[in-house]
Amino acid sequence: MKDAFGIPQSLLILGGTSEIALATARRLIVRRTRTVWLAGRPSPELEQAAGQLRGMGADVRTVAFDALDSASHETVLGKVFAEGDIDMVLLAFGVLGDQARDEKEPLAAARVAQTNYTGAVSAGLIAARALQSQGHGSLVVLSSVAGERARRSNFIYGSSKAGLDAFSQGLGDALYGTGVHVMVVRPGFVRTKMTAGLPQAPMATTPEAVAAAVETGLRRRSETVWVPGALRFVMAALRHLPRPLFRRLPI
Amino acid sequence: MIPVLCTLVGATVTVMPADTVSVTGWGRTAPTAARLVRPRTYEEAAAAVRACGARGSIARGLGRAYGDAAQNAGGAVLDMTGLDRIHAIDADGGTVLCDAGVSLHRLMEVLLPLGWFVPVTPGTRYVTVGGAIGADIHGKNHHVSGSFARHVLSFELLTADGRIRTVGHGTPLFDATAGGMGLTGVILTATVRLQPVETALMSVDTERAADLDDLMARLTATDHRYRYSVAWIDLLARGASLGRSVLTRGEHAPLAALPPRARRHPLVFRPAQFPSAPSFVPEGLLGRTTVGLFNELWYRKAPRARAGELQKISTFFHPLDGVPHWNRVYGRGGFVQYQFVVGHGQEEALHRIVRRISERRCPSFLAVLKRFGEADPGWLSFPVPGWTLALDVPANLTGLGAFLDELDEEVAAAGGRVYLAKDARLRPELLAGMYPRIAEFRALRQELDPARVFTSDLSRRLDL
Repeated sequence: MKDAFGIPQSLLILGGTSEIALATARRLIVRRTRTVWLAGRPSPELEQAAGQLRGMGADVRTVAFDALDSASHETVLGKVFAEGDIDMVLLAFGVLGDQARDEKEPLAAARVAQTNYTGAVSAGLIAARALQSQGHGSLVVLSSVAGERARRSNFIYGSSKAGLDAFSQGLGDALYGTGVHVMVVRPGFVRTKMTAGLPQAPMATTPEAVAAAVETGLRRRSETVWVPGALRFVMAALRHLPRPLFRRLPI
Repeated sequence: MIPVLCTLVGATVTVMPADTVSVTGWGRTAPTAARLVRPRTYEEAAAAVRACGARGSIARGLGRAYGDAAQNAGGAVLDMTGLDRIHAIDADGGTVLCDAGVSLHRLMEVLLPLGWFVPVTPGTRYVTVGGAIGADIHGKNHHVSGSFARHVLSFELLTADGRIRTVGHGTPLFDATAGGMGLTGVILTATVRLQPVETALMSVDTERAADLDDLMARLTATDHRYRYSVAWIDLLARGASLGRSVLTRGEHAPLAALPPRARRHPLVFRPAQFPSAPSFVPEGLLGRTTVGLFNELWYRKAPRARAGELQKISTFFHPLDGVPHWNRVYGRGGFVQYQFVVGHGQEEALHRIVRRISERRCPSFLAVLKRFGEADPGWLSFPVPGWTLALDVPANLTGLGAFLDELDEEVAAAGGRVYLAKDARLRPELLAGMYPRIAEFRALRQELDPARVFTSDLSRRLDL
């Protein structure tokens, strides 16, 4: 069960090698979390991440999960929830893709959309249903500011996150009053291995900062969390910029 | 919405029945959803327990437990306030037999005109008799009278097997249920021994204590002279005035103490009612500035020493009951009530904790300190002889969770414990050290209720 400050005792991470997710897990383990499920494609990194969290005293288990294989989500998540209540599901999987290449290879572009959006739709719905039947829990979805308004430089990734973001907002409203809390987290540019080598955007942040924002959001039972918080206002301004102007911005 | 979406991805969904509601404790933190059932008869209660499903059921009274004791995510919550009959009053012997859903408020309305008072009342009279036993509540008279269950002669308990058992004082099931947070079964009726009174007024002595040492010295020296005793403590005071307090101690006023006019109707019970707190209060209204100001005024307005003031029962015991939904003043983030007890001889630990709270600048305006008497027989009963401090803090205070964890460590190291009826955040690992009889409790529960028919969010969180 979550405590009065929204800190979960059990955590399921979909996308178990995500740096943001692992930073969040570390932060929550320090506070309360005892059981952690890392769901992801079986890999040495996944096991290594599990080992690290175990070293912090948590009971960590890994489970094979592929975002692209929607048909398997029911079985995989069903198995996890059958083992006991999950207080928080962190939907953290996602790929950035390579905008220039993906524009030339529609199949690669479609894979970005399938991972970030379609995969999240099926996994999100299945997790939401399980949380609803246990009557409590938080579904925390890692969206992105890139989904707030599609930019020339990464609209394939951005559009997939836009879909995910809209889906999660709607899901949150559908679940209102069921005891399930859906929180959409919109980080700006986060320095991780996913963004390594990219030119750093302004207001860049770290996985640890996102984790701290998630903890605060859980306590406040927020529905939307921006990291850093000032991005809320920056993006509100950018969102209303006329197209001809927005197009010319060097972002 | 969900069923439609699920059809799109080929998933099946079970829709919750329409009476699923979001439930919280009085602190309004950590809401969870449950099926709310309101039995009107014992048969309906038994049927609800039988039909509760895999996630079990838990009895709920007036929802005054601050934390998650009367919540049951995904399962059934039995609203017991529908079972509200007073069956028999022995006006000569001073006992009452009533349903578990009867509130102490109702008992006072009925019993005071007959010259009887409830044996123990907490800071609110809007608790049910069942809840009073389940949490084994204490009041300002704990140092004299012990906790509530000590005055319960017997009760009827609906257990997991569907049977209704009569449980007498002093039996293992009685002691497991007193303070057992509703996890042994559903209390249906109880027989309670009452306290005789001549009037419905209190004769109250008020005095100020300049600091914590002064307060503890006064409580130690003169508590035995009073049936009721409590101190309001200013946890924002610093330095030399750390722990400055206002002691209010009293006794039921004898008839002779009343002015001639009041003597004509000495047993009238008419509590004051104010408008309810608004449903929306901005977050952070009770910050350090406002609470600091309040505490300063509250301390200064208290007389240095005043003896024999006549007060209404509601003014003396239940000042907050005058404002319905007062818990809303903390805004939608809710609040956490932290209450712990440390034994006699652990005054240093109490000092350290009070100093840390003061240094941390926790905006708490409802903090009270009390000296407990003898421990109570309930296995999970909270009181032990020593010092108990209770404080309210807005849940949205940054870093509060980690801070309270540190206080827990202090309390546990001093051999103390926190009160389960108020808890919403204890680290489960600390429970066994605080409640040494938890193993017996778990064993009894395992025997009586292996399928966990009685389950609450509290029991899940702390693995009770």
